[in-house]
Amino acid sequence: MILTFPHMGNTYITAKVLLDELGVSYVIPPLDNQEALSIGARYAPELACLPLKINLGNYIKAYEQGADTILITGGCGPCRFGYYSEIEQGILRDLGIKMDVIALEKPDAGLLELMRRIYRLSGYEKNVNRVIGAVKKAARISALVDELERQTFRTRPRETAKGSTDRIYSAFRENVLNAKGYDGIKKLIGETSEKLSAIKVNRNQTPLKIGIVGEIYTTIDSATSFNLDIKLGNLGVEVDRAVTVSGWIIDHMFKKALRLPYDTGYVDAAKPYLKTMIGGHAQETVGHSAQYADRGFDGIIQIYPLSCMPEIVAQSVLPGLSRDKDIPVMTLIIDEMSGEAGYMTRIEAFLDVLDRRRERSIG
Amino acid sequence: MDNAKDLFLGVDVGSVSTNIVAADEKGCLIEKIYLRTEGQPIKAIQEGMKRLAEALGPDASIKGAGATGSGRQLAACVIGADTVKNEITAHAVATQLMLPEVRTILEIGGQDSKIIFIKNGIVCDFAMNTVCAAGTGSFLDRKAGRLNIPIEKFGLYALQAEAPVRIAGRCAVFAESDMIHKQQLGFNAPEIICGLCEALVRNYLTNLAKGKKIEDPVVFQGGVAANAGIAAAFEKELKTKITIPIHYDVMGAYGAALLAIQKIKESGEPTSFRGFELIHRDYKTRSVQCTDCPNSCELIEIASDGEVMARWGGRCGKWAEASQNYINSGCRKM
Ligand code: SF4
Ligand code: SF4
Repeated sequence: MILTFPHMGNTYITAKVLLDELGVSYVIPPLDNQEALSIGARYAPELACLPLKINLGNYIKAYEQGADTILITGGCGPCRFGYYSEIEQGILRDLGIKMDVIALEKPDAGLLELMRRIYRLSGYEKNVNRVIGAVKKAARISALVDELERQTFRTRPRETAKGSTDRIYSAFRENVLNAKGYDGIKKLIGETSEKLSAIKVNRNQTPLKIGIVGEIYTTIDSATSFNLDIKLGNLGVEVDRAVTVSGWIIDHMFKKALRLPYDTGYVDAAKPYLKTMIGGHAQETVGHSAQYADRGFDGIIQIYPLSCMPEIVAQSVLPGLSRDKDIPVMTLIIDEMSGEAGYMTRIEAFLDVLDRRRERSIG
Repeated sequence: MDNAKDLFLGVDVGSVSTNIVAADEKGCLIEKIYLRTEGQPIKAIQEGMKRLAEALGPDASIKGAGATGSGRQLAACVIGADTVKNEITAHAVATQLMLPEVRTILEIGGQDSKIIFIKNGIVCDFAMNTVCAAGTGSFLDRKAGRLNIPIEKFGLYALQAEAPVRIAGRCAVFAESDMIHKQQLGFNAPEIICGLCEALVRNYLTNLAKGKKIEDPVVFQGGVAANAGIAAAFEKELKTKITIPIHYDVMGAYGAALLAIQKIKESGEPTSFRGFELIHRDYKTRSVQCTDCPNSCELIEIASDGEVMARWGGRCGKWAEASQNYINSGCRKM
């Protein structure tokens, strides 16, 4: 069995630790998600969600490199996400590609079934402690990677030599592929973090702060949203993204599965605008937007792939929130057809709006 | 035109048209040039600058220059701009000079359309449509062609209609077939044209305003503002009077010129404008890959006489900064 898994931002680092620690063989699809998208778009139905197309591209690439089993962290909720793996498998079958799927989610069959799948993943490794240890280590790394990314969000707008953060961070994303296991990767994260700390920054700067909300895939996978988070950083904006890989893994997969309490602040914050979970991440989008406004952020950018239903609903309640809390909100819809230039015009105009508002409130 | 010819330029390069204006230091528009870009922005800029130089005469002295439009980086590099701004901000600046209390700007050009909301004198919200043709000038161009009516007469025809016919206009393709259908039913040209204008306005409002409140005073600009039929359809739909600025067709370029005036006044520095002789230079653009970090960004490079002048498109803003420095330093080697 040779495993592979779909890309979503930095999840590959977490998955790598898990699989390294379990000692199973795997291949990681190439990091280039734009390429994956163009492959996926060739075979997926045109109206399928963008993340599905990218996943598909990842699988096809991984298959070419010898993978035969796909590890996914399943969807939750009533959104189309729940059907991804069925549709994807169907398409792969039609292409004559035979791949198994192991879904790491809490199945209806209960926790035992989840454990059984992890066992299957680890080649029926009988050592329970080793399995639990590997899961814990992976979760720990995901938190460290998220923290590292947050550090880039802080240094990028403040660095005095443009490109310093990007050079270190993109080298990390490449080099991590050659690091091995929990120890190796943890060491690399530590070194990278030190390099980032050494970047010369302008401490007197008070950058604009923008919260990024929206559909999970497009927000977390920077490349899919034409590197919105990085571009904003380089335009001098400190960004924050409430939905993170570690949050997603820890809250959605483990805490929910084990019925542990997890952070639900956003649920309450969303209440005045959206009362229930409607699928996807709409409730997070609305709740986090309200929280960003309350924390004094300058603006909010919502991103989602074309035709994403939960986010369309979220978008429709955001103008009310924007008015009540007096915070500008801009929505960018990611469409594989549209070019980057149009987005940049909007982003620059949005930053002008935020700048002028700030001048106004200070001046 | 007076003799003290201290002037500021604004260049707006879009995919369909390239506009260039010259304004004096008080912001009065002195000259405007309008050309089609035709997929060759550098040529359009060069041709426009040549015409502008002729129109302004030999004693014009350019004190500042600004660029805007989807080709703003390219324009900035070719002319040596002191400021580079997005179209939204440029348009708003120009409109606000003309009508400081403006609350809503409706803009429909050949290539795209925008709506800008202004509150307490600053832009508070905006929307842009660059994808769908059913809300832009090219929609009307095509329809005029179909009806064999010159586009300039389109508006007047619309005003003659007694009862406009409703044309389904959610999408340019449907509108076309519906229009043909209505023609066959025997509706006359004014009725159909008026119906088309109303369809475009409905489209524009649903796609861009998205139910947001349109506050008075409303200004309508962009190339399509020349069309009296559209203006009338807006007034009817919004139930309010709309204002059309005299320079409605070059507001983006005008705004870029105003931003250049502001920039030069604030910085007190001499302009980076490269002079009218740039029209004779030969420019080449090509795409190159940056090898400075594993991101390997694809960059657009523009070179003149074998010398690299600017690169942009990188993820990290490093090249944008370098290009700006290059222009500001009077184009010393990069
Ligand atoms: S959240 Fe949006 S993108 Fe994701 S499956 Fe649902 S509709 Fe598709
Ligand atoms: S432009 Fe910047 S981010 Fe892109 S490859 Fe070059 S140095 Fe790296």
